[in-house]
Amino acid sequence: MMLAVIARRLAAALPTLAGVVVVTFLLTRALPGDPAAYFAGPAATREAVEQIRAQLGLDRSLGMQFLGYLRELARGDLGLSITTGQPVLSDIVARLPASAELTLLALLFAALAGISLGVLAALRPNGWLDNLCRVIATLGVCLPAFFTGLLLIYVFYYLLGWAPAPLGRLNAFAAPPPHVTGFFLIDSLLAGQGETFRSALAQILLPALSLGIFAVAPIARITRGSMLAVMSSDFIRAARAHGLSGRTVVIAYALRNALLPVVTTLGMVFSFLLGANVLIEKVFAWPGIGSYAVEALIASDYAPVQGFVMTMGFLYVLLNLAIDLLYRVIDPRMEVTA
Amino acid sequence: MTIDRRLVLKGTAAAGAAALAAPPFRPAAAQSRRETLLMVSENPPNSTDIHGVGANRPAYEASWNLYDRLLTFGVKKDSNGNDHYDYETLLPELAEEWDLRPMSVTFKLRRDARFQDGTPVTAADVKWSFDRAVSVGGFPTFQMGAGSLEKREQFVVVDDHTFRVDFLRRDKLTMPDLAVPVPVVINAGLARRNATEQDPWAMTWLRSNPAGSGAYRLERWVPGQEMVFARNDAWTQGPRPGLARVIWRIVPQSGNRRALLERGDADLSFDLPPKDFQELQAARRLKVISTPVENALQYIGMNCERGPFTNVKLRQAVALAVPYQRLMEQALHGQAIPMFGNPAQPETAAWPQPSPFTTDLARARALVAEAGFPNGLDTTLSFDLGLATVNEPISLALAENLAAIGIRVTINKVPGANWRNELLKKEMPLITNTFGGWLNYPDYFFYWAYHGQNAVFNTMSYKNPQMDALIDRARFAEDRAEYEAAIKGFVAIAWADVPRIPLFQPNLNVAMQQSIQGYRYWFHRQLDYRSLSKTA
Amino acid sequence: MSAASLAHARHVLSGNPVTALAFGLFALLVGTAILGPALVPFDPIAAAGPALQPPSARHPFGTDAIGRDVFSRVIAATRLDLGMAFAAVAIVFACGTLTGAAAGFFGGWTDRIIGRLADTIMAFPLFVLAMGIVAALGNTVTNIVIATAVVNFPLYVRIARTEASTRRGAGYVEAARLSGYGEAHILFREILPNLLPIMMVQVSLTLGYAILNCAGLSFIGLGVRPPAPEWGIMVAEGASAIISGEWWIALFPGLALMIAVFTFNLLGDGLRDIVDPRRRT
Repeated sequence: MMLAVIARRLAAALPTLAGVVVVTFLLTRALPGDPAAYFAGPAATREAVEQIRAQLGLDRSLGMQFLGYLRELARGDLGLSITTGQPVLSDIVARLPASAELTLLALLFAALAGISLGVLAALRPNGWLDNLCRVIATLGVCLPAFFTGLLLIYVFYYLLGWAPAPLGRLNAFAAPPPHVTGFFLIDSLLAGQGETFRSALAQILLPALSLGIFAVAPIARITRGSMLAVMSSDFIRAARAHGLSGRTVVIAYALRNALLPVVTTLGMVFSFLLGANVLIEKVFAWPGIGSYAVEALIASDYAPVQGFVMTMGFLYVLLNLAIDLLYRVIDPRMEVTA
Repeated sequence: MTIDRRLVLKGTAAAGAAALAAPPFRPAAAQSRRETLLMVSENPPNSTDIHGVGANRPAYEASWNLYDRLLTFGVKKDSNGNDHYDYETLLPELAEEWDLRPMSVTFKLRRDARFQDGTPVTAADVKWSFDRAVSVGGFPTFQMGAGSLEKREQFVVVDDHTFRVDFLRRDKLTMPDLAVPVPVVINAGLARRNATEQDPWAMTWLRSNPAGSGAYRLERWVPGQEMVFARNDAWTQGPRPGLARVIWRIVPQSGNRRALLERGDADLSFDLPPKDFQELQAARRLKVISTPVENALQYIGMNCERGPFTNVKLRQAVALAVPYQRLMEQALHGQAIPMFGNPAQPETAAWPQPSPFTTDLARARALVAEAGFPNGLDTTLSFDLGLATVNEPISLALAENLAAIGIRVTINKVPGANWRNELLKKEMPLITNTFGGWLNYPDYFFYWAYHGQNAVFNTMSYKNPQMDALIDRARFAEDRAEYEAAIKGFVAIAWADVPRIPLFQPNLNVAMQQSIQGYRYWFHRQLDYRSLSKTA
Repeated sequence: MSAASLAHARHVLSGNPVTALAFGLFALLVGTAILGPALVPFDPIAAAGPALQPPSARHPFGTDAIGRDVFSRVIAATRLDLGMAFAAVAIVFACGTLTGAAAGFFGGWTDRIIGRLADTIMAFPLFVLAMGIVAALGNTVTNIVIATAVVNFPLYVRIARTEASTRRGAGYVEAARLSGYGEAHILFREILPNLLPIMMVQVSLTLGYAILNCAGLSFIGLGVRPPAPEWGIMVAEGASAIISGEWWIALFPGLALMIAVFTFNLLGDGLRDIVDPRRRT
């Protein structure tokens, strides 16, 4: 039953992925840069560029280029990055954990803050506390993420010296823990390296905060709405009528039941954050796939952009599937088309 | 292309058994902070092979420190008392001595020189490396050609430790061209073992596996993030370097690089805006060294082949409309050498030298009318987005003044990747750009930037037979007086025809902690780790 | 809007100071956008004094790196920022709502094709897609507007589709069918007007997002072309000057941007209350 569902969902996602492949291919080919001119070097003549263009196969028709691209894709070859000089696949495999770790921690922070604010707001709808929570949550989405990041660095690193230097995942003199999951926080604990864990945690706090702030508002809003709906439902009224205290009702009954839509939202927010952290990564020198894609796009470096978008497309599909399955586990009666 | 799943390049295979036995990540705690340099920059190297297709400037730096060349340049003090490479002196590096004849030069190689894998450096290695440089095309072949090094037959193995270069023609650039970053000596045996039928020059393998004899070996490379170098203790080609380790981290945000320096977390950085250098210099907590970049100019280029600026009067009008002084203050913060306000006729044969132009809006306005544009005109001013820190304020201030004389410009920021492409097309009517030559001769500069051969650096498509004749005369002049007369001649034409308006000679700035000693300016503008050291 | 809903709106506004504040700020922003460029003391695209002057009586927000008056630029930027945001939202509102409603109303193949299209766009990381569009087409105001509209398209389609499909069998739709009206008539006359209130909520949220999107594009150099004053580009350019002590270059445009996005978000929340007081989710 479950396997059939997975198969059906994956099959349904195929046209989407095909669309992503085609659109990405066309979009990168529409970029103004010319890899041939780049490869030919600063002193190249126009003839030299044409020669390189032929070598790279860029003189072929768009259709032929696309077929070539598909052939390589089928072999699992995502091409070579001009910017880093490495195969795109190995770049992405190396960088994905950094992005995922950052995003997950940001999500954790956003969920804690968002759910608390949402619950508080729902206690007295339209009271001053509700309005305050609304204003606080909304303020988070009001500044461009890169600006929040730069401000945090300025205050906590430059002025106060509380945060470590924005140098990526570890300080320059710490060595990465042995590779298990690719998440430094987990790997360092597995290896029992307390020092590395502290360094990794210190490095990730500010970027995770800058990213997480952005996601507090939608989570708080969903939590509040969901709480209000649950609180006005019959079984809560019944619980109240049975004389259970307010706190018990809120925590034990209402919140637990209100979390269902929140979980779905979290999935959506995660996929949104994974794509939205490109600028945060740039600001914090975070070696994730977002900053990788930005640099590549600016450099008209086709292969990494295509690789990045494909990866994100696959993750999006898988994530939707996971949410769907999770939903079934939590509430088997429901069939959700996310 | 093959899929390479290695996330981390462990040391280098060339570093021999010791490196291979080491785990991919060595605990750094043992390394003394005092012997380690932490450098931060904006752009990552994309290769360790300077001959590689598309190797970028940071890659030149990696190559410079990982490999040796036959020759190198000496060192002198500049006017501020800082170390400056000396163009006049060639010193041995892998060559011990050489015998320069009219049509050839013979090098004796050091007998104690070893590649990082322990094999000795032989003449066969040198030949293979030079053959490679003139064969693979693109930038290395072009740069070798600049010194009349064009054919494989020119490179002759006499015996294991004797190597000869035959000249095609007498060219004053041949010897200095052997000391620039391109003619590195590669471990030919090792490289050949990693070459394939399709890739006889091992371009793929050498991209991430250095095979040199340099003073530093590659300890770790995480592409796009960091490169870590460790001292090669077996290196004998020069004095033992003071730094045991160099960590090069990529920090994309310029504000963060400044913060890292100011808080003492990073040791050294080149990539800061002029304003930051000016302020850091004034604050005196850090050491800031500014060196004028030899044979380089930032300029306004005007298309002489199409569009409104084919009209010389209009070009002259623009030259009189540039807010020169304002650019120096607001775009450069004084971090450059002004190149304007000289007498009309060149008095010396020096280059770069200031142009005769000053800001004179009234005369500029009159010239626009004379040129036949009583109602002014609309055009586009383009620049490389990657260099926006300086180019954008220049463009904004220029646009303001041009509007005052009736030339209404739209500012067009061209993303870095597309800039070279746009230059090649030679369609942009008005640009601001920098050009500099590695080899420090006025005729070299003019040959690329003003000659009717119309190289890509002649961004204005400027063609004038008189100019070409003078440039060619200077290139092959043997007599000092004739040479200088030719230079003054073509500079005078450049001022009269103004295809490009010089603005300033840029500075190469570097900021570092006070504890860093031994910084040396190089024409290639990359950092040489070998001369650096750290005091307590 | 009927008299009853107007009364309801008044009630919500009086009972909710935050929403009332949002409406007040919105009026202020629109007023600035319309009148601002005529009121500013200096030319926003020309030097007005020495560079990098801190705030003073003459330049209340200081001057920037080439001596332009930051106050004049912040005020003058309102028109361009709101203009771009409104243009992007107008496009996506028109296209997204219409296609979404058609998908939901007609179902079948229409629904499947439109759904796929929206899904494909949704599978892209949105900011990178916007970047790609602007990089490929060139960084003009029009292209930034188009990019912002495209990345928001799937959201509008989804909302409109859900709402339209729930109304497909509603009483008044059936009544219209029985009266002999064609499907197109029903879609435009019965379905779409009923979608408007719920879409307005999304419109308000998208306005804020559009401004942030422009700022992000400016940060990587793909924003509007200089010298046009625009908040995002001013923040992006001034951000690196914070460390050297010139906080005013980035802070004031940052505040303006923040107020605008804040207003649109609260407005969205407020509209949600008015549209559907029970379902404020």
